[in-house]
Amino acid sequence: MNSNLKFDFEVNKENNTIVLKREFAANLELVWKAWTTAELLDQWWGPEPCRAKTKSMDFREGGHWLYCMIVPASITGGETEQIHWGKQEYEKIVSHKIFSGTDVFCDENGTANPEFPTGRFENVFSEEANGRTLVTMISTHNSFEDIEAVIAMGFKEGITVSFNQLDELLK
Amino acid sequence: MEARRDIFQALADPTRRAIITLIALQAMTPNAIAEHFNSTRQAVSKHLQILTECELVTQKQQGREIYYQLEVNKMKEIDKWLNQFRKIWESRFNQLDKVLLTIQNKKK
Repeated sequence: MNSNLKFDFEVNKENNTIVLKREFAANLELVWKAWTTAELLDQWWGPEPCRAKTKSMDFREGGHWLYCMIVPASITGGETEQIHWGKQEYEKIVSHKIFSGTDVFCDENGTANPEFPTGRFENVFSEEANGRTLVTMISTHNSFEDIEAVIAMGFKEGITVSFNQLDELLK
Repeated sequence: MEARRDIFQALADPTRRAIITLIALQAMTPNAIAEHFNSTRQAVSKHLQILTECELVTQKQQGREIYYQLEVNKMKEIDKWLNQFRKIWESRFNQLDKVLLTIQNKKK
């Protein structure tokens, strides 16, 4: 990772939130676009070697982004790749400033899976004096168990396993 | 899972994080720890009690004194758990850096 760019990570037990702050070396216009355009999201949302693929996106209040995460067979240990569906429902959008809503585990039609917790997200964008853009992500869950479930989901998707493998390779 | 929640609560406090940093270097007595902070011996004892309850620190008796030491493995466990989450986002953000750079280069 680029060590010149600020990256803060904080878990708050009191209000069940995870706060991530990350600086990007690009102007607000471009960073906003990268977070709110399907074509660009698909290029970075799936943490390597997973890939994200948008099925539909309607970036407006009340709209949603339906996408899947493709986990390669090399990671799952199975014979075929695995596909996990996710949906972000947008509730509030203030152009180039903030967008918030809910994160949902769902099927390919966007029907929520009640077995998994729904989390709220709020992404705040601000341009900095040096031409960089700071993004603050606030992820709120109903309980700490929910946060743990979301992270456990990461395990299930094999994402975390892949990082361990990467760590091994880099040793 | 219960214990893990307590740990996050324990770590949410800046004084307790400072205590952990301090005793990570060497085991210390409560008095020695209190000298590093602008708080009473009682306040430090309370912090140590919380840290002990969630097994982040342990006591050991040396002569007449009780020393507090950091449970490194417990810290590693927490660290590992948080890192999983952190790494997912780190990876995404690093990819986003590349995407942004590519677009900027195209514009030039």
